Amino acid sequence: MENISMETLKMGIDTVWVLMAAFLVFFMQAGFGMVEAGFIRAKNTCNILTKNFLDFCMASLGFFLFGYAIMFGTGNGFMGTSGWFLKGAESGADIPLFAFWLFQAAFCGAAATIVAGGMAERMKFPAYLIYSFIISSLIYPIVGHWVWGGGWLSKIGFADFAGSTVVHSVGGSAALIGTIILKPRLGKYGPDGKPNMILGHNIPLASLGVFILWFGWFGFNPGSTLAVDDGELIGRVAMNTNLAAAAGGVAAMVTVWAWFGKPDLSVAMNGALAGLVAITAPCAFVDPIPAILIGLVGGVLVVVGVVLLDKFRVDDPVGAVPVHGLNGIWGTAAIGLFGQKTLGLEHNGLLYGGGFSQLGIQLLGAGATVAFILISMGIVFKVVDMTLGLRVDRDEELKGLDIVEHGMESYAGFQVFTTE
Amino acid sequence: MKLIIALIQPYKLTDVKKALYEAEVHKMTVTNVLGCGQQKGYTETYRGVDQEVNLLKKIRLDIAVNEEFVEPTIEAIIKGSRTGQIGDGKIFVVDLPECIRIRTGERSNEAIG
Repeated sequence: MENISMETLKMGIDTVWVLMAAFLVFFMQAGFGMVEAGFIRAKNTCNILTKNFLDFCMASLGFFLFGYAIMFGTGNGFMGTSGWFLKGAESGADIPLFAFWLFQAAFCGAAATIVAGGMAERMKFPAYLIYSFIISSLIYPIVGHWVWGGGWLSKIGFADFAGSTVVHSVGGSAALIGTIILKPRLGKYGPDGKPNMILGHNIPLASLGVFILWFGWFGFNPGSTLAVDDGELIGRVAMNTNLAAAAGGVAAMVTVWAWFGKPDLSVAMNGALAGLVAITAPCAFVDPIPAILIGLVGGVLVVVGVVLLDKFRVDDPVGAVPVHGLNGIWGTAAIGLFGQKTLGLEHNGLLYGGGFSQLGIQLLGAGATVAFILISMGIVFKVVDMTLGLRVDRDEELKGLDIVEHGMESYAGFQVFTTE
Repeated sequence: MKLIIALIQPYKLTDVKKALYEAEVHKMTVTNVLGCGQQKGYTETYRGVDQEVNLLKKIRLDIAVNEEFVEPTIEAIIKGSRTGQIGDGKIFVVDLPECIRIRTGERSNEAIG
């Protein structure tokens, strides 16, 4: 056996680790697909699954051609400008470029697919494809550059370990501006503004999706260490991730039970997702008990978010905005409360004697990202709306996007009871 | 008393219900059915192969009405479902000899109410 240096061995182990994590994050696409499909109506299921599927294909290609260069290339504080088509690109970690690329590409796909849920059941398919390519090749990488690619946010000490801001508030904010421009589904709000229930058609699918997402998050968060070392960090991140998810699920269920009278599974599951989103930024920088608290708050926030959206007649069919947008911001801010210098932050969080410095930086970064997304994606959606058209027309929406856009039925041969 | 049976396009149900509501007709039974008429059928695709579908999904409405509601109901259904294209559907008017409300035992015109 030839002699292998310790460096090579370490790099090998780290590469396997990051690749396995990348495969888990990839599998989250299936999770997103099942959650989105389960929470919408049967007549639109093929459509959302196609969007989810193409999202990953687009992200894979777009992030290869342009996205990685913008996100990790050398350039300026706003965006990278080297490494197009991965030529001359460099890895962002002590592992080979291609492995690092795949891990990052999976994250890109995750961010893009969040929007499919928020804009479900009435968005034109070609319009979605255009959005998907733009967000994966340009918009997401720009924000990623700010935080992880050496851009301006990283320079001021902004921390986001695995992407509460980079992935989730990007996706959530794009979903928010998109769903506002798209306007609510037919029949969602009565003339007096009262929200009507448009029931998801397959709760089992949705719950499978949530578990797949939870499973994939064990790649999303711990994988972001990009190294195994002695295992302490990846162990801590994994446990914090799990604690926050569990806390979020319980908190959301208790909240909806107390507020609305029944323990709603779909809300409880969204609570777990909210906890996961919220812990995504702080997971490496906090102790276990704060992780639980972060998840608990996330679970409550998601219920409040859903109610607030309905109050403002913003129709979000699967809860993408409360789960990803709202909790993306909360998770980012939570670093400023619970984070610790000893665990890798610039300053201690507010509750650890560090004052408001880290919190201020976190809020600045979160705010700047949300503003950037609302404006840039708002422009994209508006332009698409004025050219191609963003929304299907009334008859098409009533017939269902599956048959209208794809000539397919999700459940051919089954009786699908659509009364709206 | 008459039983009005209407076969309509599924995606028109919302509009038909609204029109019936405006005509003060609130009671109905809705079923999913498969049917064919003059409509030649839309083409579906499955794994790249076009398939002609001849039995199409329709919605069947059963509405029991007193005499004075027959015409308003028919008009409301037409108003809600007519698109001018083949496939709009059909309405049958069938004689209804008796109607009973289970809860109270009322019969005939009061039962339809």
